[in-house]
Amino acid sequence: MTDGTNDRSLEKYRRMQRIRQFEDLAESIHAQGEIPGSLHTYAGQEASGVGACMALRNDDYMVGTHRSHGHPIAKGAKLRPLMAELLGKVTGICKGKGGSMHLSDFSVGSLGETSIVGSGIPVATGAALGSKLQGNDRVALCFFGDGATNEGAFHEGVNLAAVWKLPAIFVCENNGYAVSTPAHAAVPVKDIAERAKAYAMPAIIVDGQDVDAVEAAVAEAVERARTGGGPTLVETKTYRYADHAVNMGRILLDRGAEVDEWRKRDPLTLYRARLLEAGVAADVLDTIEREVADEVADAIQFARDSAYPEQAEAFDDVFVDRLPIPDFIKA
Amino acid sequence: MAKTTFLEAIREAQFEEMSRDERVFIMGEDIICNVFGTTTGFVDAFGMERVRDTPISENGFIGAAAGASMVGMRPIVDATISSFLYPAMDQIMSIIAKSRYIYGGQARLPLVIRSCMFYGNANAAQHSDRNYPMFMNQPGLKIMVPSTAYDMKGMLKAAIRDDDPVLCFEDSTCWTSKSELPDDPDFIIPLGRGDIKREGTDVSIIAIGGAVPLALKAAQTLQKEGISAEVVDPRSLVPLDKDIILKSVRKTGRAIAVDPAHQTCSAASEIAALIAEHAFESLRGPVLRVATADTHLPFSPSIEKALYPSADRIVAAARQLVTSPEPVPA
Repeated sequence: MTDGTNDRSLEKYRRMQRIRQFEDLAESIHAQGEIPGSLHTYAGQEASGVGACMALRNDDYMVGTHRSHGHPIAKGAKLRPLMAELLGKVTGICKGKGGSMHLSDFSVGSLGETSIVGSGIPVATGAALGSKLQGNDRVALCFFGDGATNEGAFHEGVNLAAVWKLPAIFVCENNGYAVSTPAHAAVPVKDIAERAKAYAMPAIIVDGQDVDAVEAAVAEAVERARTGGGPTLVETKTYRYADHAVNMGRILLDRGAEVDEWRKRDPLTLYRARLLEAGVAADVLDTIEREVADEVADAIQFARDSAYPEQAEAFDDVFVDRLPIPDFIKA
Repeated sequence: MAKTTFLEAIREAQFEEMSRDERVFIMGEDIICNVFGTTTGFVDAFGMERVRDTPISENGFIGAAAGASMVGMRPIVDATISSFLYPAMDQIMSIIAKSRYIYGGQARLPLVIRSCMFYGNANAAQHSDRNYPMFMNQPGLKIMVPSTAYDMKGMLKAAIRDDDPVLCFEDSTCWTSKSELPDDPDFIIPLGRGDIKREGTDVSIIAIGGAVPLALKAAQTLQKEGISAEVVDPRSLVPLDKDIILKSVRKTGRAIAVDPAHQTCSAASEIAALIAEHAFESLRGPVLRVATADTHLPFSPSIEKALYPSADRIVAAARQLVTSPEPVPA
């Protein structure tokens, strides 16, 4: 291309569009009752996930959170199995046993999207230990929120990675709120990044609405990890537009004009403007948006056309061998 | 053939499996200094990368074992004492037990968490837990509680080769017991197979871990009184060899479940319920439990010992069953 940017930039735009459009449609069919349970949407944080994942190789590991829709898409996952999972179908990425909080696609290096706050951090540390013991250069990146840094799992997992100099990148997506509690009421330091000092670990604070800035910050951390320099804490300052979860029954917290303020720095709008300024034709970006819309529509159709799991599926994957099925289920 | 102790059997099983498979490594608190003697010579044989001292950070390193197992390693975690599993409940219950399931089979977690049950020696309530029953209530965890050096070696080797997470509970009252062990490097006792430790015809004593030697001692006493006791050792609780228990009870018509755990919701309770549901027609009396009293374990030896199962309590239970009148047919 000769329009001042490259395929990589367009891929970042495409992945952010995928997340946004995937969730917008998921929310609308959730409202119609097609998706059971709750949705923990990622909207507003797209640049954080995509920027971080674009700094990784395909074979690098990633661990995420209950706000799980964005991470796998950011890492390159196909949309069909993710949407089918939201609808509880057997073709879902977790065969219908995980749902909105667990959209984890191991084929793109994911090792889980876990819904107990902070619990993914020791897992990422362990994956990084695995790389070290196997003598390869794969790194492990862990996403978590500001709330997770008050969990023991954060401190234990990060300490272990620091003391063993493991190839891990800890990405705190600081969206300002732990459910309804603002970070300033729960965290005594101004920036989460300050917590890295306790573990003699380098830290970077980055604008989480700027996908290029996030990618650059994480790339620096990845380089350090891959070359034996140990872990880094990256804090992305970001924001989620929606309440903690869709389907909580009521609005937990009125954030007033704050949401609108953040929407003025929407990561997709910002990036589109930057690409246009760099000389990318509007057509190119419009085409990407249309292609993504088709992909999402296809994913929804696929999910709708798919079957629900058989009852016996509830007894599979507890262990490697399927459990015996009780008589009252067989009857 | 020389006899090997229970602790030495643990060391041998780990040593052989680490020699056989370089994906196996061990970590935990004070592994290198080797507190209980189960890692003697490991650093020399395998180096510091595969024999790792951890910070006192159970949730951290047990979670790290989960992560390492998901990327193709086969960790053994030595959690030292079973009471120390509590700080790691987050990782054991939410990550290790459930990851394979919630991700629809994408994850595989071949790891072993070893811990000893350090009771009966004036260590007070926080160091004396026999806590396997609470893990039985969580699907996704295999649980072994062997009672002999022979079973320990064969089952621990099986656990290390298993593709599912296994919790290995080591009863410290069995530490000095000895068995003759086969030389075969592939000596394996699969999890889920119980063992008849003594055959008998009048009463089935289903005993767990350190209760097995007590049951065998009780059986000797009962023999002198003309009561023939069968001692059944389930060896692993998940999976549980239901058939061997039910077959024994159908033969003898009487059952006592003996468990070093606290009585409420104990493994003995589960076994008693199993028998009541599936072998009721064979029973000639109630299923009895001999377990630890539902109170904490006090420090003072003068009041600690009586709280646990003992050979005397098992003998008394067997006498009660054998001498109680037969139910009158309606």
